[in-house]
Amino acid sequence: MLDYITSYLGMNTTPGQAGNVFWALVYIMIVFGGVSVAVMSMNWLERKALAHFQIRLGPMRVGPHGLLQPIADAIKLMTKEDIIPSEADKFVFWIAPLIILCASFTVYIVIPFGPTHAITDLNIGILFMLGVSSLSVLGVVMAGWASNSHYPLIGSLRSSAQMISYEVAMGLSVVSAILMTSLNKEGTGTLSMIGIVQAQQQQQIWFLFKFFPLGFIAFAIFAIAMVAETNRAPFDLPEAESELTAGFHTEYSGLRWSLFMLGEYAAMIAVSSIAVTLWLGGWMRPFPNTLTGDTWDLVFSLIPGFSFLGLALIAFIGVVRMPKHPYFKIQTLGLAGFAAVLALIGLVLFVPAVRDRIQDIFWFCAKVAGFMYLYIWYRATFPRYRFDQLMKVGWKVLLPIAIGVLILTAIAGVLF
Amino acid sequence: MTEPTTYLSHLELGEPDKTYLDTNELIINMGPQHPATHGVLRVILKLDGEKVLGTECVIGYLHRGVEKIAEHRTYTMFNPYVDRMDYVAAVSNGLGYCEAVEKLLNVEAPPRAQYIRVILTELNRLASHQLWLGTHALDIGAMTPLFYTFRDREEILKIFEKYCGARLTTHAFRIGGCLYETYDGFEGDVKKFLDFVPSKIDEYEELLTTNRIWVERTKNVGKISAEDCKALGVTGPVLRASGVKWDIRKAMPYAAYSEFDFEIPIGINGDTYDRYLVRMEEMRQSLRIIRQAVERIPEGPIMAKVPKVMKPPVGEVYHSIEAPKGELGYFIVSDGSTQPYRVRVRPPSFVNLQALDLMVRGALVADVIAVIGTLDIVLGEVDR
Amino acid sequence: MPEETKSPPSPGGGEPKAVKPAAPAKPTGPVPVAWESPLVTKLKRQYGSGIHEANIYLGQNYLVLDTSITHEVLQILRDEEQFDYCVDITALHYPTHEKQFELIWILYSFPRNQRVRIKTRIAEGEAFPSSVAIWPTANWLEREVFDMFGIRFEGHPDLKRILLPDGWEGHPLRKDYGIIQQDQKWVQINLGIESGQ
Repeated sequence: MLDYITSYLGMNTTPGQAGNVFWALVYIMIVFGGVSVAVMSMNWLERKALAHFQIRLGPMRVGPHGLLQPIADAIKLMTKEDIIPSEADKFVFWIAPLIILCASFTVYIVIPFGPTHAITDLNIGILFMLGVSSLSVLGVVMAGWASNSHYPLIGSLRSSAQMISYEVAMGLSVVSAILMTSLNKEGTGTLSMIGIVQAQQQQQIWFLFKFFPLGFIAFAIFAIAMVAETNRAPFDLPEAESELTAGFHTEYSGLRWSLFMLGEYAAMIAVSSIAVTLWLGGWMRPFPNTLTGDTWDLVFSLIPGFSFLGLALIAFIGVVRMPKHPYFKIQTLGLAGFAAVLALIGLVLFVPAVRDRIQDIFWFCAKVAGFMYLYIWYRATFPRYRFDQLMKVGWKVLLPIAIGVLILTAIAGVLF
Repeated sequence: MTEPTTYLSHLELGEPDKTYLDTNELIINMGPQHPATHGVLRVILKLDGEKVLGTECVIGYLHRGVEKIAEHRTYTMFNPYVDRMDYVAAVSNGLGYCEAVEKLLNVEAPPRAQYIRVILTELNRLASHQLWLGTHALDIGAMTPLFYTFRDREEILKIFEKYCGARLTTHAFRIGGCLYETYDGFEGDVKKFLDFVPSKIDEYEELLTTNRIWVERTKNVGKISAEDCKALGVTGPVLRASGVKWDIRKAMPYAAYSEFDFEIPIGINGDTYDRYLVRMEEMRQSLRIIRQAVERIPEGPIMAKVPKVMKPPVGEVYHSIEAPKGELGYFIVSDGSTQPYRVRVRPPSFVNLQALDLMVRGALVADVIAVIGTLDIVLGEVDR
Repeated sequence: MPEETKSPPSPGGGEPKAVKPAAPAKPTGPVPVAWESPLVTKLKRQYGSGIHEANIYLGQNYLVLDTSITHEVLQILRDEEQFDYCVDITALHYPTHEKQFELIWILYSFPRNQRVRIKTRIAEGEAFPSSVAIWPTANWLEREVFDMFGIRFEGHPDLKRILLPDGWEGHPLRKDYGIIQQDQKWVQINLGIESGQ
């Protein structure tokens, strides 16, 4: 038994590839926990960042600077009354959020946090991801249907139409990135996620910059399509309250509704990681080719530690700026504790043994975090598209451009 | 009279071409409570899928009987009531009413009072347009301009509060002039406001005017031609955006407007985008007027000689002003007693709302909300 | 002539009052002066006695017409005299007069920058032809007059109450309707309470 567990430690592959069920489960736990923490932080960040865009403060009361707000929201939603419409189809009503959640979380199996830091590495990784994330459309339709009310039904049909339309453009831009993986000496491409990043490493260029501007346009198409896939602004007409038909999740309350939100944030992180893997070099640090050498490696390996120390510094500044009133004592202590934890993590990240291992994960997560911030930024800035304009953009603008980029990439691949 | 009438009796026109299949007509109710109807407005839509075949507005949810109350109050007692009609632009309402009664009494407010009135009314116009911009952008989906405009509107409301004690329903003017002298530092505050606001208006424009999504949502949406505007009695920025250069401040000047130099922005297409541009430019022109007024404000009394007990001679008068929403008119009939015989308020939002049906024929459902926002209606005024 | 002036040429005004603040005898206020204009001449030539009055009061022109010719005159004003904008339609209730209601149209002409008021008297229960065909603005304005006064307009496409609920009985702006009066039956049926007071 112990041999089984320790035998994996020497190996240089993912647990799935090694066939080691125990470590696969450990990794699944870690990833699941990580994603859950990420979703909660995303909830907090969205409220705070949106508020700061709108010159207000956002949650400030629940924890210091609202840090415990997601926990409070979770408790509130869990203790809310579970209302099911009387005429609703109970089984479908129950299972719809679960389908969305499972579809969104299943894709995390293949997300590569590092060359061996993934749960498994399917050799059809990207196809698996696109396919499974499309299953969430089923959940959306089921949610609208089961609500037995025509406003959610119309909303869910709209939402599913939107998601399906943008999947086409997404898929085509993904194909052009896959095409680029085959531009090596052997002429073999790969669909596996780890293989794609390794192809970028081998070809010494992030696919974003390959055959400029083709890679860039493909990335841009994917970036726009992924926002539409996840029903976020500016494509959030099915969810918007000020439009006539409310979204597919109108009839859901309490914990079921929070499952939808969980699924939505998880899907956001999942598609962002596809974008990061395919175009932005996955887990590779910035400038892997221009700034080579041991010193640069060292410098870049110190950045994770410094970034956490920077966050700790910001938190300490927040502590200093807290009002000096007895009511705020607990909050000040809490924030100081949080800052201390961040600083501790930062210091731990300086330890060389940790440093080398954590590099890949850090860069991957940093890039995905950038995308998350972009999502919030879009929501604060852009008005909403009308539904027909949304469909027009998906079919008449993105799709032709995606096809064009694909053809041009193929031609460029042959020529260069 | 007691049986309920059917609402859609007149919506028989505009039917889609009937094929042998059943058309998918849906009657949807945008109920009185809705985040985007700016008050208690009920709009019944007859839809064919997403296309609007016809609408019917049901109003009266905020009807308070202001005109009936006026017959039982004296002229001065009725003054605070007029603020509550268009509660967003209360100062304009007060200006129209006071000027109408002054006309009936045949007195004229002294020049200083008129300048103060102009400054406060133009500040009010700015505040009303800022609120319009924030809520209109929010309906279309841009949530951030709301907070920016409300933050800047706070400065105006602070000036109002320092002047007359109230932010929203100000009751700033009295019949015959102004009651309150400008406070110490009024000119300074207004000048400081004038210095910081133009860059804020540029900020709003930066967020929206060239934003591709905004342009797509507002261009060619809710088009109305100049002829239709005139026939339907639509006034205000809606009329001006359709290309008619008409503003009561220039056509029939009142309250010292003839002494100021300002322009009237007009649009070309009469769609929502033009109305947006016209109102943005009106904000800038208001700043221009305020700047001129604040620099040239004359000294002198602020109240004309009006009797304490006002008994205007028998007669009637109609006086209208350019409120931020359109032509706000007061038709006051006096029978020689202390209470008016009839006060009729001609509300711009009421008449403008009639045009909704014409503007959204053939448009999509999401456009209905954009058009209601662009008409800039305030239900307090529609229903009185 | 076209502009409305604030200080018409008439006795009365501020000065005498300042000298004698407690003067019991009010100086005579402004009086209506006759309105001379090509428009009035033309109408008088066409309708003669139908034009009861054509005056200017405080700088505002108004015509008082006979009920039978009013609809035609409104049409003429829109078609020939370019009064293309119907500003307002309203009514007054004089319970002591023989013809109790006075209907008032306020019209404005964009080309001329001129306003005119048209007034006519109708009796209780008498209907009046609707002006919707002349100005589409009249649709809601006439509905409000009907709602508040009970004056029916013939030919109106959709004459029903606009501000008050549909089943309401009574017309509030009439002088015999109390200030706090409500339609108790409607309140009891629809709101489920005894009385709104």
